[in-house]
Amino acid sequence: MAIIETKNLTYIYPNRTAPSIKDVSIKIEKGEFTLITGPSGCGKTTLCRCFNGLIPHFYEGSIEGEVTAAGLKVIEHPICELAKHVGLVFQNPENQLFALSVEKDVAFGLENLGVPRDEMRKRVDWALNLTGIYDLRERAPYELSGGQQQRVAIASVLAMQPEVVVLDEPTSFLDPLGAKKIFEVIYDLNRKLEVTVVLVEHRLDLTAKYANHIIIMDSGKIVLDGEPRKILSSEEARLIGVGIPKPTRLYQILQKDGINLGSTIPLSSDEMAATLRRVLEANDRS
Amino acid sequence: MIEVKDVYFTYPNGVEALKGTSLTIKNGEFLALMGENGAGKTTLVKHFNGLLKPTRGNVLVDGVNTTKVSVAALARKVGFVFQNPDNQLFSETVEEEIAFALKNFGFKEKTIRKRVTWALNLLDLTQYRKTSPFMLSGGERKRVALASVLAWNPKILILDEPTIGQDYQQKEKLRQFILQMKAQRKTIIIVTHDVEFVAECKPRVLLMRQGKITADGEALEVLTNPEILTYTSIVPPQITQIFLQLSDLNLSEEVIDVYEAQKKLLNILEKRAK
Repeated sequence: MAIIETKNLTYIYPNRTAPSIKDVSIKIEKGEFTLITGPSGCGKTTLCRCFNGLIPHFYEGSIEGEVTAAGLKVIEHPICELAKHVGLVFQNPENQLFALSVEKDVAFGLENLGVPRDEMRKRVDWALNLTGIYDLRERAPYELSGGQQQRVAIASVLAMQPEVVVLDEPTSFLDPLGAKKIFEVIYDLNRKLEVTVVLVEHRLDLTAKYANHIIIMDSGKIVLDGEPRKILSSEEARLIGVGIPKPTRLYQILQKDGINLGSTIPLSSDEMAATLRRVLEANDRS
Repeated sequence: MIEVKDVYFTYPNGVEALKGTSLTIKNGEFLALMGENGAGKTTLVKHFNGLLKPTRGNVLVDGVNTTKVSVAALARKVGFVFQNPDNQLFSETVEEEIAFALKNFGFKEKTIRKRVTWALNLLDLTQYRKTSPFMLSGGERKRVALASVLAWNPKILILDEPTIGQDYQQKEKLRQFILQMKAQRKTIIIVTHDVEFVAECKPRVLLMRQGKITADGEALEVLTNPEILTYTSIVPPQITQIFLQLSDLNLSEEVIDVYEAQKKLLNILEKRAK
């Protein structure tokens, strides 16, 4: 059963005339790692705001069609109820941090849910350790760097242990190694704890390899939806101007040059290196 | 020209962000400053427009010590686009945002109009002329911030994380734009984590770690050196990673670009076929 589903979803922000998302119908299955991408301003963030009820409950505006998250009709349930099931990490961490210490920020959601103290302590420490900010727990979020703030925002959402974690460019301020570590943590949660992950990202170079579902949007509409290898090697994806991972691109152009690299399309450097090794070694033997 | 002479900087809370940094940036140079979070990159570039003054040492912009001039006077020469656009946007409409600094610098009404239209066009923002910056997406706000600085045509341009939230096409436009600025002999300094973008632009690359500069050289040379990259917590470009993994096959490892990789691999396969 789909854990997130939209049917013919169209939404217009207040004081705007054009819809930001138009007739969007998607299904995200439980346990999937879904990547949502597309040109800037294409409606990715708007769509994510529908998953936990920020749209329409907070942003208001006019909404048509249906959204269900974890079996709940988003339009009929308040944000506080939806938040137990769907955690959202914003693009800009400053929009979601407010407490006087990192620890308090991470504990805030749990306090609201009335989680017992011992359990709360355990979950806060778990989330702080997972995101690598345990040492920062007594610092004030506003005096941290952008990258550190992003870790705090992620920890606050993970501590709630929602069934679905929606992350909107969650590592944009982090350095590449920091970003990679966070993606690995999220990927781990996805595989081991079967948390459904929805990740909004432009940098497919860093993230395509984790996904088993990719959705590409353009001008408020869904233009491609399906299996990452198939979609990222398609001509349509290139033409929309999605940043195809470099190893995938190299595979494509070498194939065009008449080099047979096999039928498995690589999504990462590791996969492309293995493919090339096979071809180069076979070439040496012959 | 920017000259940084043995600069130390300590924040009021006691954090020592720069520990003896020296470098020279010539006019017309294109430079990328990289390094992990907290390495001191943003602290260093904030010295270039006088937002921060050295605790010890000197920073000279075109021969003038930054402690001797106001930030406002330096701003005319050194444009700074912040990492987070929300730190610099405040106007009611995109158009007013871009016109704001121009008015402050005392440009004529007619020039302002021309410059605003030019900047809107350049950054694909014309359709949002009358829109509030706060109604735009993160990537679009970033472009508004850039447009508002470009409009006054500073000689030195500092872009802190310009590719954040930008899609592939916008990044390509940014690259073209930087090349254009470079052709006009402007100095461009980008602070970035985006190693793929740097691999495509191929600027002079400076790596920082713990308040010090640890490497300084051409992109190809710096981004293919695994020891230096590991030391500064930078992941090599994806194409470089492929070649590093195949190092036992005696391919040359100095590749950062897809098309160079294509050429190199075609060469190797042809040679070996013979």
